[in-house]
Amino acid sequence: MSQLGAEQFEQGKLLQQAAAATPSRSGRTTLRRVLRQRSAVIGLTILTFLFLIAIFADFLATHDPILPMLGIEADAHTRNPPCIHILGCPADQSQHFFGLDGNARDEYSRILFGARVSLAIGFITVGWSVVVGTLIGAIAGFAGGWADNILMRLMDLLLAFPSLLLTIVIVTILGKNLTNAMLAVGIVSIPIYARVMRSSVLTVREQDFVTAARALGDSPLNILRRRIIPNSITPLIVQSTLGVGTAVLEIAALSFLGVAAQNPQPEWGFMIGAERNQLFSSPFLVFIPGVALTLTVLGFNLLGDGLRDAFDPRLSR
Amino acid sequence: MTRFLIRRILTGIPVVLGVIAIVFVLARVIPGDPCRAALQEKATAAACAAFNARFGLNEPLPVQFVLYLRDLGTGNLGESIKTGQPVTEIFVERMPTTIELTIYALLFAVVVGMTLGIVSAYKRNSGADVGTMFIANLGVSIPVFVLGLLLAYVFAILFKDTALSLPPSGRLTPGSQPDSIAEAWGLARLTGPLRTILDFVSNMYTVNGLLTLNGNLFFDAARHLILPAVALGTIPMAIIARMTRSSLLEVLGQDYVRTARAKGMRPRTVLFRHGLRNALLPVVTVIGLSVGALLSGAVLTETIFNLAGIGRTIYESITGRDYIVIQGTALVVAIIYVVVNLLVDISYGFLDPRVRLS
Repeated sequence: MSQLGAEQFEQGKLLQQAAAATPSRSGRTTLRRVLRQRSAVIGLTILTFLFLIAIFADFLATHDPILPMLGIEADAHTRNPPCIHILGCPADQSQHFFGLDGNARDEYSRILFGARVSLAIGFITVGWSVVVGTLIGAIAGFAGGWADNILMRLMDLLLAFPSLLLTIVIVTILGKNLTNAMLAVGIVSIPIYARVMRSSVLTVREQDFVTAARALGDSPLNILRRRIIPNSITPLIVQSTLGVGTAVLEIAALSFLGVAAQNPQPEWGFMIGAERNQLFSSPFLVFIPGVALTLTVLGFNLLGDGLRDAFDPRLSR
Repeated sequence: MTRFLIRRILTGIPVVLGVIAIVFVLARVIPGDPCRAALQEKATAAACAAFNARFGLNEPLPVQFVLYLRDLGTGNLGESIKTGQPVTEIFVERMPTTIELTIYALLFAVVVGMTLGIVSAYKRNSGADVGTMFIANLGVSIPVFVLGLLLAYVFAILFKDTALSLPPSGRLTPGSQPDSIAEAWGLARLTGPLRTILDFVSNMYTVNGLLTLNGNLFFDAARHLILPAVALGTIPMAIIARMTRSSLLEVLGQDYVRTARAKGMRPRTVLFRHGLRNALLPVVTVIGLSVGALLSGAVLTETIFNLAGIGRTIYESITGRDYIVIQGTALVVAIIYVVVNLLVDISYGFLDPRVRLS
């Protein structure tokens, strides 16, 4: 939901400060700066953990995430509570770390594969949204005049609706599935990246090395590609890191409502939505995916905050 | 100030017009035949022809748009395709739930968020600061629906039969039905717009309880509102806490704050009069922008806590292809948006004279 017009504003304000400090630094100094930020380190740790799970899900999983255990294991019932042998669960019961879900599928394996789904969702959504947003912002900022006006007013209109409602409308028009949800969340976040890009283009455009390039007879397209975009990349990195967390959250919300991921996809938001009426009898089926989801979003938020502080010139020294 | 106000109100008009046009088009792009969606198995060719004629769906789109604008001009938002209920009636019934929920959520967010932000900035790098920022980081990361379910579980199940137990769904204890304010005030025969307004207010149960001096109603409604309001308000609360902290820290580092301290003012006076007053501008912006997030969050909160509010209505009308209801509700939401932004701008004018003059 862009969830958060408000958060975007908060980010935007600090980003403008960060944008002022874009001259490129050597990679190693940048890395050291980032690692000095406590929140960045915690965020990176969480995300590394999640990435490893996503990559090695096939090895770590104990069961097929979409295969119901009914008829395969004699004692399988829907929503069997967790059973871990070394924690005292009787050895004659089949072991399921996080129990079974409403279709008697292994919850632990579904959570692991859910990491893969969520990370993929986040990166693909933000990836295409950043590309389109950057292009629009760069064109608007570089061209100025009426093109700038039309493009940016269009972006304002997109921001004039509560984002979750707009994504629901788009998904309903296109069809309820995960791909369309990613498309919809991407569309809704385009204005954020367009604004960031435009404001940093406006800053960079007036600087001496751009004037010099223009004086040397570089074509506008070349200046845009070789001078302006590389120098505007820092705030975009910060914004898109935070954006991945938001995208994961929004798509989980859509899945929770039943308009994005569909059965039997192991998507955390969908898993919570499917079991929410069993909250009082099988709370683990709601809270385990809930913790996974929160942790993922927290990881991206902390990393994003850390990157922003690391690039903020007022905080360096 | 007057000129500033007029200029700001005028700039809101094109946005509302743009929203009207976009919503009209979007609502008609949603695939599926509204007649079949509404009548289901009774949707014969003859029934559909009558249906389309009744709702003006036979006309070409531009004609439909003009007819729609004409109706809007007379304050007529149309009738639900599905139930035949006038949209204005749906509003009177359901909007108060959402308004009440949003106001309490915002209240929670502002009071708790600003308190945490101030404490955290004032005691920078202390345990309180670290703890607060941890809560704030967690608060922006936990999905509304996870937090809502967690609160429902903790307060309705774990604390069941204790003093802390809170109801996990609905607006009142099942079986109780509040009187309308009009009846309580002995105005049962009142009709017309005044009655509509009173009915609207009656449906905000805590306000109803206060106005009719009905303590039971007020406390019952308030108890039911606590969990949804906290769930909905937590994300804005966390954002406001972070914004207050960073903005206050910036101001407290300024020279005039040092001067105030140097001339021996009480620390509290420095903090509130010199610090907070000047740190408020970005915080107010964030509060204004939160209203949008609250409306999005209302869809999820109302789903989890079984509240028949406008968020839920919009969701159901979109997925049920009820064009007329989508149009009406989206229009009102957009107007709320524009008005809130206007209020934020006006408050800038009050907080910072420079804004007014520019």
